[in-house]
Amino acid sequence: MLTLLAILVDGLVYASWLFIVAVGLSLIFGVMKILNVAHGSLYAFGAYAAATLIGAYFNAGWAPLGSFAVMLLAAVAVGAILGLALERGLLRFMYGRDEVIIVLVTYAAFLILEDSILLIWGTNPYFAFQPYALLGNASVGRLAFANYDLSMIGLSVVTGVLLWWALTHTRQGKLLQAVIHDREMAQALGINVTRVFTATFVLGAMLGALGGAVTAPQISVTPGIGVEVIVVAFAVVVIGGMGSIPGAAIGALIVGLIRAATVHLFPQVELFVIYAVMSLVLAFRPAGLFGRAAARKI
Amino acid sequence: MTHSIRQTIATPSTHARRRSTLSIVIGLLLALAFATPVAAQQTMKIGVVSFLSGPAAFFGVPGRNGAEVVIEGINNGTLPAPYNTKGIAGATIEAVYVDETGSTTKLVEDFRNLVQRQNVDAVIGYIGSGSCLAVAPVAEELKMLTVFHICGTPRIFEEKDYKYVFRTSSHSTMDNVAAAHYVAKIVPNAATYSHINQNYAWGQDSWRDFKLAMDHLMPNAKLSSEQWPKLFAGQYSSEISVLLVSNSDVIHSSLWDGDLDSFVFQSGARGLTKSSRLVLTTAEANMYRLGAKMPDGVIIGARGPYGVLARDTELNRWFQQKYFDRFGSPAIYPAYMVAQSFLGLKLAYEKTAQKLGGKMPTREQVIPNFEHLTFEAFGTEVKMALGKGHQAITETAYGQYKFDKSTGTASITNVERFAAECVNPPEGVKADDWVKGGLKGAKCN
Repeated sequence: MLTLLAILVDGLVYASWLFIVAVGLSLIFGVMKILNVAHGSLYAFGAYAAATLIGAYFNAGWAPLGSFAVMLLAAVAVGAILGLALERGLLRFMYGRDEVIIVLVTYAAFLILEDSILLIWGTNPYFAFQPYALLGNASVGRLAFANYDLSMIGLSVVTGVLLWWALTHTRQGKLLQAVIHDREMAQALGINVTRVFTATFVLGAMLGALGGAVTAPQISVTPGIGVEVIVVAFAVVVIGGMGSIPGAAIGALIVGLIRAATVHLFPQVELFVIYAVMSLVLAFRPAGLFGRAAARKI
Repeated sequence: MTHSIRQTIATPSTHARRRSTLSIVIGLLLALAFATPVAAQQTMKIGVVSFLSGPAAFFGVPGRNGAEVVIEGINNGTLPAPYNTKGIAGATIEAVYVDETGSTTKLVEDFRNLVQRQNVDAVIGYIGSGSCLAVAPVAEELKMLTVFHICGTPRIFEEKDYKYVFRTSSHSTMDNVAAAHYVAKIVPNAATYSHINQNYAWGQDSWRDFKLAMDHLMPNAKLSSEQWPKLFAGQYSSEISVLLVSNSDVIHSSLWDGDLDSFVFQSGARGLTKSSRLVLTTAEANMYRLGAKMPDGVIIGARGPYGVLARDTELNRWFQQKYFDRFGSPAIYPAYMVAQSFLGLKLAYEKTAQKLGGKMPTREQVIPNFEHLTFEAFGTEVKMALGKGHQAITETAYGQYKFDKSTGTASITNVERFAAECVNPPEGVKADDWVKGGLKGAKCN
């Protein structure tokens, strides 16, 4: 019984983290048809910026609860600066080119940003454990869960609901959906697609940075943390269907729960379970669970 | 302006005087040069390879720092005896630092570049076991004297004999066999044990050695749970839940760098360290930066008697002081392992040079004197006892972490030392066979 509860909670916690990390990647692909490999770097920049700001915040001796706002601020700042720089400074020159070329460009951006991290923060790790310790534990028998981990579930729900509301209930969201459905038609109808692209990329970048910022208190922030993230985020997005936000949520839930069950019951296969699920889904639904097979325009 | 006019109107006799002065100076310099012993003028170019970027820079950068300290000491002749002569057999070391990060193909290319373009005299390096396995055959092919410093796999000299390749630190079997000895001594009543090790060669080998040693040393203790997170996972929420449910007395782990920090944070916050005793085979490298975040009582190793577990000798005090003065932090075990490889090379060269009457030896002449060499290093005595004299064994030590909150200092208590012959396989026996066979031939106190 305790194991079952642990699988459920661990699965939800991991799924929540996956959703926060993957949803920005999915959003950018959905609107812009760009597989943004640099998303891993945005995550890493978010983590480093949050760790640095949290450290400075606690050193200043301000109210500990304010550190959560600092994390959010770090994510917004990193997303806005790097998102704008990447989209306006690099990607806009690539629109209309082959998707593979754009993937290579984002990969190059990823490599540049990874080295920039080394230049800015060096090789030493950064710790921002204070917010993690601040929230304490919740215990069920022998099993204790960190409340910070549990709060990830709430954050992912809030993020998902806000995104859904913004996409379906605001004018900007509806314009964005129009671009997702048919870029050329949207442009013909007078929608400023370039502006939609910039806004989407910055929002996606902020979500990637948010993933890093909220993870920073759980981990040792070291060089290379963005590499692992892009791989799992990509797997989740593929399972859910490239560009689908409900798909990212369901993909994250499936991966989170199956991974937790594997860790508890068959730990030896944990390494490849995510990819096994991805292969299985692609074998039956090549466009992912929520992906729509696109008609080819001639 | 005035000065330049004066120069242009200098008389022919002035030129002649200058020429003769110049000739005298050149003559004097030449005379001085020939008066100096030939060996003292030479430079010994050494390729120094370690991870300088990426996650493993955590080991590579302190390793390079250790190299810088020992190279300066050797070149200036300021090391304590018996290393207090300048240079290596009189030759000044010129280091060429290379980043180990990259694919195996890149590593081999870099190695060839060091040998064939940079014309190095020796290569000291390699942290990754895969790096050592890839470079060893190339070193042999190019006949380049190569000293491995940190990589841990026992396979190198067990699978093949090498003439030009040496390793001056013990392989990883020692770390885990000694960890099992320490657990048997400190937690003799442990009924259950679990592990969390990364699912790749390092984690798998570490766990296999620990498990097999436990089977022999604590046959009544039962394995409770196995956890195999991937390398650089960072998030251990599910694994910690399993370990909490398993309620094991002892948890073994060879996690390193950021993964280890993250596991210590997360398990500490969830109370795992209160119910189970953690055995962390590489945690000496993390302890200073973790400070109060590492719980007291955690069993800590340093992959040998290095860093805080080093013996208190003049050499060790010199190294720690110089390292701290230069980098502002204590030297951790990768720094020791890299630095001691320089000592081995220096001693082997000088022993050979002495036999040749002070002449700088060739690589081929040095090799027989490097084989089976025993030398005092910064942490302990190193014996080139395995792999036909190419693989070192050392004693090792484990202890328990203690953090003094009033002074903010981290230290180790209850240190136990294990003789080299107790925790390393005998010559000619593969590490795998040795642990499987119940550690036969081990000479423990």
